[in-house]
Amino acid sequence: MPPENPIASLADRVATGDLSAVAEALNQIDDDRPENRERALALLDALEGRAAGTRIGVTGAPGSGKSTLLDALVLGLRDRDRSVGILAVDPSSQRTGGALLGDRMRLGSAARDAGVFLRSLAARDRLGGLSEVTGPSLDVMAAAFDTVFVETVGVGQSEAEVIDLVDTLVFVAQPAAGDLIQFMKAGILEWPDIFFVNKSDLGDAAGRTMAELRAGLELGSRRDPEYEPPVLCGSARDGVELPALIDAIDAHQEYLDTSGQRPIRRRTGRIARVRNALSTRYGRFGAARLTGSLAIESFIDERPEYSVERLIENLGIEVEKALGRDGP
Amino acid sequence: MPTTEPHLSPERDRPWLIRTYSGHSSARASNALYRSNLAKGQTGLSVAFDLPTQTGYDSDHPLARGEVGKVGVPICHIDDMQNLFENIPLDKMNTSMTINATAAWLLSLYIATAERQGSKPEQLTGTTQNDIIKEYLSRGTFVFPPDASMRLTSEIVTYTVEHAPKWNPINICSYHLQEAGATPVQEIAFAMANAISVLDRVREIGDIDDETLSRIFGRISFFLNAGIRFIEEMCKCRAMTELWEEIGRERYGITNEKMLRLRYGVQVNSLGLTEAQPENNIVRIALEALGVTLSKRARTRSLQLPAWNEALGLPRPWDQQLSLRTQQILALETDLLEYDDLFDGSHVVEKLTRELRSAAREELDRVLDMGGAVAAVENAYMKRRLVESHTARLRAIESGELKVVGVNIHQETVESQLAQAGSESILKVDASAEREQIESLEAFRKRRNEAEAHRALRALEDVVKNGGNIMPPSIEAAKAGVTTGEWSQVLRELFGEYRAPTGVGLAPSVATTEGSPEVVAVRKRVDQVSTRLGRRLKILVGKPGLDGHSNGAEQIAVKARDVGMEVVYDGIRLTPQEIVQSARDEGVHVIGLSILSGSHGVLVVDVVEGLREAGLGHIPVVVGGIIPEEDAILLKKAGVRRVYTPKDFDLTRIMDEIVDVVSEQNAA
Repeated sequence: MPPENPIASLADRVATGDLSAVAEALNQIDDDRPENRERALALLDALEGRAAGTRIGVTGAPGSGKSTLLDALVLGLRDRDRSVGILAVDPSSQRTGGALLGDRMRLGSAARDAGVFLRSLAARDRLGGLSEVTGPSLDVMAAAFDTVFVETVGVGQSEAEVIDLVDTLVFVAQPAAGDLIQFMKAGILEWPDIFFVNKSDLGDAAGRTMAELRAGLELGSRRDPEYEPPVLCGSARDGVELPALIDAIDAHQEYLDTSGQRPIRRRTGRIARVRNALSTRYGRFGAARLTGSLAIESFIDERPEYSVERLIENLGIEVEKALGRDGP
Repeated sequence: MPTTEPHLSPERDRPWLIRTYSGHSSARASNALYRSNLAKGQTGLSVAFDLPTQTGYDSDHPLARGEVGKVGVPICHIDDMQNLFENIPLDKMNTSMTINATAAWLLSLYIATAERQGSKPEQLTGTTQNDIIKEYLSRGTFVFPPDASMRLTSEIVTYTVEHAPKWNPINICSYHLQEAGATPVQEIAFAMANAISVLDRVREIGDIDDETLSRIFGRISFFLNAGIRFIEEMCKCRAMTELWEEIGRERYGITNEKMLRLRYGVQVNSLGLTEAQPENNIVRIALEALGVTLSKRARTRSLQLPAWNEALGLPRPWDQQLSLRTQQILALETDLLEYDDLFDGSHVVEKLTRELRSAAREELDRVLDMGGAVAAVENAYMKRRLVESHTARLRAIESGELKVVGVNIHQETVESQLAQAGSESILKVDASAEREQIESLEAFRKRRNEAEAHRALRALEDVVKNGGNIMPPSIEAAKAGVTTGEWSQVLRELFGEYRAPTGVGLAPSVATTEGSPEVVAVRKRVDQVSTRLGRRLKILVGKPGLDGHSNGAEQIAVKARDVGMEVVYDGIRLTPQEIVQSARDEGVHVIGLSILSGSHGVLVVDVVEGLREAGLGHIPVVVGGIIPEEDAILLKKAGVRRVYTPKDFDLTRIMDEIVDVVSEQNAA
């Protein structure tokens, strides 16, 4: 019998939804030690193409009730017999590196379901954004679960980044919070696929927020002009309109398949992730060193079997070579 | 000693109600304790219920495991309640019950028991604590969401004001807020905000005329804390008395002077009791008792003193007797009760009182502006302020700015003559208590009339769903043999369960010790170990069991973050299985558990074994809580790496040791 390949075997266990294996895989890819890097990349490569789970982003300002909504959504999906993984991102202190990850506390009942997997991630050195390990963590979880959520806190940077990681982005709005104008200014309204105005029990205020959102969507540009994002209004706390939200998510998934948008989105996401990582590491100047057959897009398109992290790694080496050649 | 001298009262004042918060093991054991306390001159009862009873679980529920009879008496049904008060005539007794989420139920059992004894509800005197806001903020035995809880609270109020008019339906507790770190100003302001939220809700129910509102206002009582800064504490009581009257007049239009008087009871501080040189606590307790009795104008109506060795474990009858005698010496031996108010006209006291009152009014208005106490629970404002104050207090103790004798100053000591008996110096709950309680519960279920119990539950369900006061069907259910778990389950299904915000995520790092050499040193070690681990050191802080006292866990979580760890804090009331699951999902390097209820023996071992079974035996576990030394030895034998008790006040040092533990674990 040939010796068992530990990486392949871990990947197989992840793909069957083995929760301990998912945890172990997440630990392995979140390992900065250079001697363990190749192991992480091999694992991600082994999972590439098996990450069939639906990826959903849930975002919104603090206090909008994202966690309560996510909790209710997860319970709804569990009722429909789907396995669920959650990746929750919290800010880190820039000075100490420490972070308080209170997601389970906020999530409540869903986090206590033995069939739900939840990992919280600190944003680490990415102020207002997502730590680098967010993307590969989702890649692992999407290989294990039917549905994977990524919940982000805050406004602005994280939405722009999360859109590269997910198939469907749900934006949770809080009535009368006065932040819609800010969102519009920041161009955030063009990203989400579904809007959910939470706290419908607030009555008129919720109605006004819906109207403002619709007006904002009319005015602004949209990522996909063929698709009109639904604007729902309900209450996560009281369970109002949650089935409608789950249906809207399913409908968007179906749209992605029938319209042919899914592969387009995934490709756009892969390219954006690689680009972002390279410019974070080497600056725009560094990333621009790649030309010809090494140009980012063609390099990625020619290697569909590579995980995003592998692409970043390999292209990074090329950038370093190019910089080294140019160096003083 | 009648006299004409102006500073003397015409006759000696009547002493306050003298109580001791107690109850453990079983209804019968607690009954024996109550009767012996009454025989020693205690004048009222204060019932401590165990955590399953407080959170609405029968003793045989999985979450009750290890908790039955630990911090109080288990009461599952009317026969338990009857045993608890056997040979104690309830028409003559003044009973305070520390019960909140399930207050309506325990009061129903109490009323049903009194009726069995031949008494009527209108004869009953006593108090149900019934204060849910502070459960969300500090004590943690809430069950239902705020709105449903406020409904229960207000229905108890409207029921008792008509049917048990001498009963205090609610005891607004600022006690637990101080235990959670509240400053005097916060204690006053948040208690007032809390009382206003109840009164406003009662008024909303409608059909309340001015006279009834006045009576209800007069029935709202308070339960305060008193710390070692006893002059300030006395002024706090005076400030609160004044502010309450102002609120009564201005907000509710109360004019009856008698109704406007603030009525409050006190339990003095446990927060400041020390494990080091524990006999010093005897003096602390006496001084704190003096603070709330010294001024006639702001004297407490009832007093409970903790036992000197509370930080070590469950007090014995002798320890409780010492607390009782302390009260009796104060009330009967000293000349305290012979004078008019000693401080009327004192510039110092008046100034301090004025300052506290105006600062509290300001903070109260802030809370009211954001929508009142319920809103300030939901948006975590009050919780965050408490966590901040508590953090500041602990930092002041660490830095030595706040002096605690025997702890951070004058630590030199000869061996304590009182505590030296070791395991003999605390009471152990008989391990068989849980099993016996479960057996008696099973026997009760067999002998009750099943059909009647079910009918009563349906009637209860109907009222909860379709409106109407919860009390009458609850009293019927009590008589019909419904159990605590069944009553609560009906409400759980209709109301849902609530998890309160921890306030921890929002607590800012306080700049003063941000750069203290010790913290910086630990932070550097965390960085080094993290580099070695390949990712940042991640810790899970967990509270297994039903114990809701989350302050310790919260402070550990904040400190761990401040030294640069990634912290997963799951909040309260977790089963060992949930903690194991969380440790796996989150990929943590170490687990810190906090348990104050004394159920560490079962719960911690369950976590350690659960980890092993899940293939996570390599994750080290440390534990903090009120853990007697011999238990600590057992826990270490079971695989726990470090055990911390209240004497370990230096959180930075604890963090340093946690880094050691992780380091050792990953050295191989």
